Amino acid sequence: MPNILTLARRNVWRNKRRTLITAASILFAVFFGVAMTSIQLGTWSHMVDSVVKYHFGYIQVHQQGFWEEKTIDNSFDPKEVRSQMQNVDGLKSMVPRIESFALASLDTRTKGTLVIGISPELENNFTKMADRIQQGRYLEIGDDGVLVAEGLAEYLQLELGDTLVLISQGYHGINAAGKFPVRGLVHMSSPQLNKQMIYMELTTAQWFYGTGDLVTTLIADVEDADEMTLVEESARSILDQEKYEVMNYKEMLPDLMQARALDIAGGQIILAVLYLIVSFGIFGTLLMMVKERQHEFGILKAIGMKSSQINLMLWLETIAIGIIGCLAGVVVSLPFTIYFNRNPIRLPEEQAEAFESFGVEPVIPTSTDPEIFIIQAIIIFIIISVLSIYPILKINNLQPVKAMRS
Amino acid sequence: MNIPIIEIIDLHKSYTETAVHVHALRGVDLTIEKGEFTAIVGPSGSGKTTMLNIIGGLDRPSSGTIKIRGNDISNLSDNQLIDFRRENIGFVFQSYNLIPVLTAKENVEFVMLLQNRSQEERDARTLELMQAVGLADRMSNRPSELSGGQQQRVAVARALAPKPAFILADEPTANLDSVSTSDLLDLMANLNREEGMTFVFSTHDQRVIDRARRIVLLEDGKIISDERK
Repeated sequence: MPNILTLARRNVWRNKRRTLITAASILFAVFFGVAMTSIQLGTWSHMVDSVVKYHFGYIQVHQQGFWEEKTIDNSFDPKEVRSQMQNVDGLKSMVPRIESFALASLDTRTKGTLVIGISPELENNFTKMADRIQQGRYLEIGDDGVLVAEGLAEYLQLELGDTLVLISQGYHGINAAGKFPVRGLVHMSSPQLNKQMIYMELTTAQWFYGTGDLVTTLIADVEDADEMTLVEESARSILDQEKYEVMNYKEMLPDLMQARALDIAGGQIILAVLYLIVSFGIFGTLLMMVKERQHEFGILKAIGMKSSQINLMLWLETIAIGIIGCLAGVVVSLPFTIYFNRNPIRLPEEQAEAFESFGVEPVIPTSTDPEIFIIQAIIIFIIISVLSIYPILKINNLQPVKAMRS
Repeated sequence: MNIPIIEIIDLHKSYTETAVHVHALRGVDLTIEKGEFTAIVGPSGSGKTTMLNIIGGLDRPSSGTIKIRGNDISNLSDNQLIDFRRENIGFVFQSYNLIPVLTAKENVEFVMLLQNRSQEERDARTLELMQAVGLADRMSNRPSELSGGQQQRVAVARALAPKPAFILADEPTANLDSVSTSDLLDLMANLNREEGMTFVFSTHDQRVIDRARRIVLLEDGKIISDERK
C-alpha cells in the first residue's frame, strides 16, 4: 500500500506534461542563476586575483602612515615585524619591498616610473615573476641591473643590455641617481602596470634610495586565501598598531571593492527579477493543480484524510518537482561553467577598457565554486516551499461538499 | 431493541450564500437503526443529497441535532468531523470517486492506512472485501482500467473497509447499466443481510427503491412518508 510519499510520487507523474513544463521552468531559473552568478563571481575573482596575487598580496604591513603618504621616508626596519610574525599560523612568508618613484631616462626619452625593490627568490615564490620574463633573465641576489615592464621598454625604445638612468629623491631628501643595465623585460598582465614598472633587487634599491636595511612594505604571503582573515587578525594583535599599519587588499583597493559590491548588487537585482518571474510561473502551475484536483481533494477529505495529510502530499509533490528542476538545472549548468572556466571569454577591445582601468587582463572566466550551485538550488527550493503555502491554505479552507461539486 | 445508528431531530438547512434564499431541509426528524436498508427518495431539489451530506458530516445543519451512535456531531470542528467520518461512515458516491493514481486494492486499503491499521490487517481485509465484491482478480487495476460497475463495486469495498457504522450511498446506481445496477444491489443486500451493515441511499432509481426495506419520501425539505416493507 502506498504511503503519502508514494501517493505524491504517483501524482507527480500523473500529468507528465505539466510536471515537465514546471520542472523545465525551474531548470532554466537555476541555469540562468548559476550562469549569471558564475560569470560575475568568476570575473571578480579573476580581477582580484590579478591585482592581489600578482601585485598587492592579501595583506601588507607598512610603517604607520605609509598608505596615506607613500614616501620613501615612511620606511621601516622589517626585522622586528618578521620576528614577531614568524609563528603566525597560515603565514607562508613575509615578502619585503621598497616601493617608490623615479624618473627613468634613455637617450632623449624620459618617463615617470614606479620602482619596486624586490627579494628575487621570495618575490618569485609569491608572484611567479620569473615566468613573466619575456626577454633576458630574472634578477639575482645582489644584482645591479633592473627588470623593465614591456610597455615601458617600448615607450623608452630600450633593448636588453641598454643602461637606464634613474633619478629620484631618496631617504630623507638625499639625491638618488644611478645607472642600471636592463637584465630583462617583464610582461605585466595589468596594462597600467605594464607602462610604468621597474623592478630592481632589494639591496640595490636600498642603495639607490639610501634607506640602508629599511623597506616600505612587507607582504604577508598566506598559505591559503581562506586564511587571510586569520593571518590579518594575528598580525593586528601581535604588531604594535602605533608603529605599523596592517592592511588587507580590500582596504588597499577600495575602488575595486566598491565596483565589485555594486556589480554584485546589480546582479542580485537581476536575479531577484528572474526569481520573481519563475515564481509566477510555478505559482500558476500550483493554482492550476489545486483547481484541477479540487474535486479529488474533496473526496479525500470526505473519506477521512486530514488536511495536514493532504497538505503534506501536495508539499511533497511540489518539492519533488522542485528537486527535479533544481537537479536538472545544476546538471545543465555544470558543462557551461566548466567550459568557460577553462576557456574564458576574451572581451573585444572596446569593452576591455573597464577591465584595464583596474589593471586586469580583459577576460571573463566563470567560477566553478560549488557554493554557487548549492545557493541557487537552495534559493529556488525556498521559493517553491514558500509558494506551496498557497495550496496548503486552500486545502485547509476546502469544504468537501463544495469541492466535490466542482 | 434495535440500536439507533442515526438520529435526526428537527433538522433545518438553509442556503443563504446565493441571492435566492433556499430552505433545503425544513424540520426533518428521522431515526435509522442498525441493519436497516433505507432509501431516501424524492424529486430533484427535495433535499435528499443535503440530508445525506449532513448525516455524513460533510455539511452542517443550520439548526437541529444530528446524532450518530448517540454522539451529537453538529458542533464538531472540521478536523473532528474528518476523524469522525473516517471511523464511522462509509461513502459510496454517484460517480465512484476512486483515487485515480491508486490501484483497486490500494483504493480499498487507503482508508485503513489512514486509520493506521497494520499491513497484515489491511491485506487480509482488502482481500476479503475484493472477493466479496467479486473483483479479487482486478486488484492491480487502476480505476481507469475498470468499468463503471466495477469501479462502483470497488467504491463499496472501500466504504466497507474501515468497518463503519453505516454506509451512505448518494445515487449509487445513477451511472450504471441495468446489469451493473442489479449486481451492485445484490452485493449491498447481501452485505446488509449477512453482515448487518446499515445502508442509507438517496435515489431516484425504482430498482433501488424496490429492493429497499424502508422508504423515506422527501418533498420540499420535509418527510412526507416513511414506510417499512
